[in-house]
Amino acid sequence: MNKTSPTGERGELLKRLQAAQAKSACLSRETIAELAESLGLSIGEVYGVASFYSFLSTRPQGRNVIRICKSLPCLLKYAEVIIESLHKELGIGPGETTADGRFSFELTNCIGACDKAPAMMINNDVHGDLTPKKIAKILKAYE
Amino acid sequence: MEKRVVLKNCGVIDPKDIDSYLAADGFKALQKALKLPPAQVIEEIKASGLRGRGGAGFPCGLKWELCAKAAGDEKYVICNADEGEVGTFKDRYILENDPFSLIDGIAIAGYAIGAKQTYIYLRAEYHFLLSLLENALAQAKKKGFLAHLDIEIREGAGAYVCGEESALMESIEGKRGEVRYRPPFPPTSGLWSQPTIINNVETLTNIPRIMLNGAQWFTEMGTEKSKGTKVFSVSGDVARPGVYELVLGSPLRELVEGLAKAERVKAVQIGGATGRIIPYTMIDAPLSFESVLGAGAVTVFGENRDIVAIVAKTMEFLAEESCGKCAPCREGTEVMAEALERFLGGEGSDSDIKALEELAQTMMLSSLCGLGQAAPIPLVDSLEHFRGDYEHHMRRS
Repeated sequence: MNKTSPTGERGELLKRLQAAQAKSACLSRETIAELAESLGLSIGEVYGVASFYSFLSTRPQGRNVIRICKSLPCLLKYAEVIIESLHKELGIGPGETTADGRFSFELTNCIGACDKAPAMMINNDVHGDLTPKKIAKILKAYE
Repeated sequence: MEKRVVLKNCGVIDPKDIDSYLAADGFKALQKALKLPPAQVIEEIKASGLRGRGGAGFPCGLKWELCAKAAGDEKYVICNADEGEVGTFKDRYILENDPFSLIDGIAIAGYAIGAKQTYIYLRAEYHFLLSLLENALAQAKKKGFLAHLDIEIREGAGAYVCGEESALMESIEGKRGEVRYRPPFPPTSGLWSQPTIINNVETLTNIPRIMLNGAQWFTEMGTEKSKGTKVFSVSGDVARPGVYELVLGSPLRELVEGLAKAERVKAVQIGGATGRIIPYTMIDAPLSFESVLGAGAVTVFGENRDIVAIVAKTMEFLAEESCGKCAPCREGTEVMAEALERFLGGEGSDSDIKALEELAQTMMLSSLCGLGQAAPIPLVDSLEHFRGDYEHHMRRS
């Protein structure tokens, strides 16, 4: 195993990908190629890291990303009802983005809000104790 | 009855203000530790019998000693705040309410093993806690408590497996979060191949309590092999979901019925997605490393729940989150998820059950890390205790 210095740039890859994602909401082929170039890595290696993590996206996303928890504690509190009402509200299913680019809708695994199940995240905000009625009101706050 | 040791400051101090922590004896443990030789700090933790709270239960003091004695240019402490286990949120609760005790614990750990650089690996889903943590770190630094080391926060990017310590280190190194072959183990060769200790948030929060009150005090709580308290996350079919702290060895009933107010319970899963499934007939089981514990996720299933559907969901989750490096886990979890779906469609058979049991043994023996080794546990437990639920889904011939 080759030893990399902790201050070396290889160790910065994930951080750089996170920063790029925060800036443009999508890791484009160009971004990945540029990062590979500047860190002296292959495009494959950078893409491999980018595609491993669920909070990094190589596909274009909406301005706001909704992640509904579909793990067991939320399912026990009828998360599928929330998923269904969000589907109706937005007119899109999981994995899709609204035509106006306002929302992407994803299902995710446990977000650590099981005491407030069913729960979801919009961008970095956690919303818990969800009911179909609350959904429309919550969405209004995101442009 | 609740016993708040780890959580003693939660809801009491202001997590945004170090002065309120100092008023609650904050950083006195660190100051006490810094006056002792590092080896004596490790001795104290060893004598306390503290075991890791992240699920594996490895003796904390022994881990520190191995790392302190290992040869290396640099040594690292990593706080595992990648709380991804399904049904677990107690570390979130600790971070939200008392970030200072954790910093106190990391500063002591760093001193004990001789680390100048330490990390907190915070899961992406807890990004909302980042500013609170950064503020706590800045205040601790300003007061001069972190003169001997640096604490850097590294954020995860969404991957359950990164809670596994070797995958976590790969992630800090900027790579895909795939698990490593072991040995070597982290205390001899961890982050950037240097001696490293990785401790859970709750484990490190125990450290200042032990340093301040002494190992003897700590050993007076708990059972022979499980000292101290444990913080539990309770969710599912209960009236009062939430975080509760109990002395180790307390009966499961006290937590589920006494504190979380569950009624008409069918089963309880302890330890998250790969945790044991305990039927209600065993509700008086003690919560300890000797019996069942994991990271303290307690998910309660009411009497109307279908255990096969629950295990199928769990297996689907594990198949999604398997890092894919080793075949027994990557393929095994997929095959199990498919077979369980067949049962839900009314197409299960006796031969499926036999094949599942055989596959479970293979995965437990040959998977590379805890995820694959423990993935079959809920399936095996449910086959033992809830065979009727499976038979209900079998093909009628």
